[in-house]
Amino acid sequence: MPAATETGIFDESGLVARAREGDLTAFNELVSRYSRKIYRLAKHITQNDEDAEDVLQETFLKAFEHLSDFQGQSKFYTWIVRIAVNESLMKLRKRKSDRTVPLDEPLDTGEDTVVREIAVWDENPEQQYSREELAKILDESVQSLKPAFRTVFVLRDIEELSTEETAETLGISVPAVKSRLLRARLQLREKLTRFFKRKGDDVFAYL
Amino acid sequence: MLTCKEFMQELTDYLDEAVDIELRRRIEVHITECPNCFVILDTTRKTIQVYKGMQPQVLPDEVQARLMKAVERKMAARKPGSSC
Repeated sequence: MPAATETGIFDESGLVARAREGDLTAFNELVSRYSRKIYRLAKHITQNDEDAEDVLQETFLKAFEHLSDFQGQSKFYTWIVRIAVNESLMKLRKRKSDRTVPLDEPLDTGEDTVVREIAVWDENPEQQYSREELAKILDESVQSLKPAFRTVFVLRDIEELSTEETAETLGISVPAVKSRLLRARLQLREKLTRFFKRKGDDVFAYL
Repeated sequence: MLTCKEFMQELTDYLDEAVDIELRRRIEVHITECPNCFVILDTTRKTIQVYKGMQPQVLPDEVQARLMKAVERKMAARKPGSSC
């Protein structure tokens, strides 16, 4: 793999150090490296193209502004994810029409874990769909989750933050992360089962 | 040994390999005896896998261009970290 910069593609601490010293090329490299992931994260949380673009810009502008505050104890990516999540949540709260559950509100734990559909999936279910169809199924399923569940799922299972990093980013406890993640995963499992289950197992599948 | 309800509560920790050996053993015994819980475990694991394999969102060129412009404007205004 060719090195993207003279410091090499894997040497991020060097890149961050150069950016902190005012090397604009180094900062631009960090922007290019993470802009797609930050845009995806923002879009998953805000569910809106315009808000996602605002979040994307605000995230990198704030990162640039506060680069001297970044101590290098966490990964640069974790640091900007935290900025992006905060910006995204602010967008959600501002949107008056959005009846979201505040992230710190205790959630009804009753029916969220009820399993309605139990069916074996096809061997490679995702291969039945084109890349575009699959992306649409996955996106729409995530978007149908409540914000409190969706945000935890996106951070843990899509952005692959640890349970502790997710808790810290969202300002909630580790048990709260685990409980929301369980509910999010189970709800997504239900939704995906409708698309991915082995047809022969369900007599109603062809109706 | 382990009820279905208890299994469901431990599912996420089990999938994240965050349970101790004893609990893991009890879960594994449970899924060999309970086909429904086995299917739930298997399809939940696949749910996570399919999302992990998802490609990052395509960033539209014009969005990327506007981002770079905004960053350049900011850079022209001040050097990093000199705001406060």
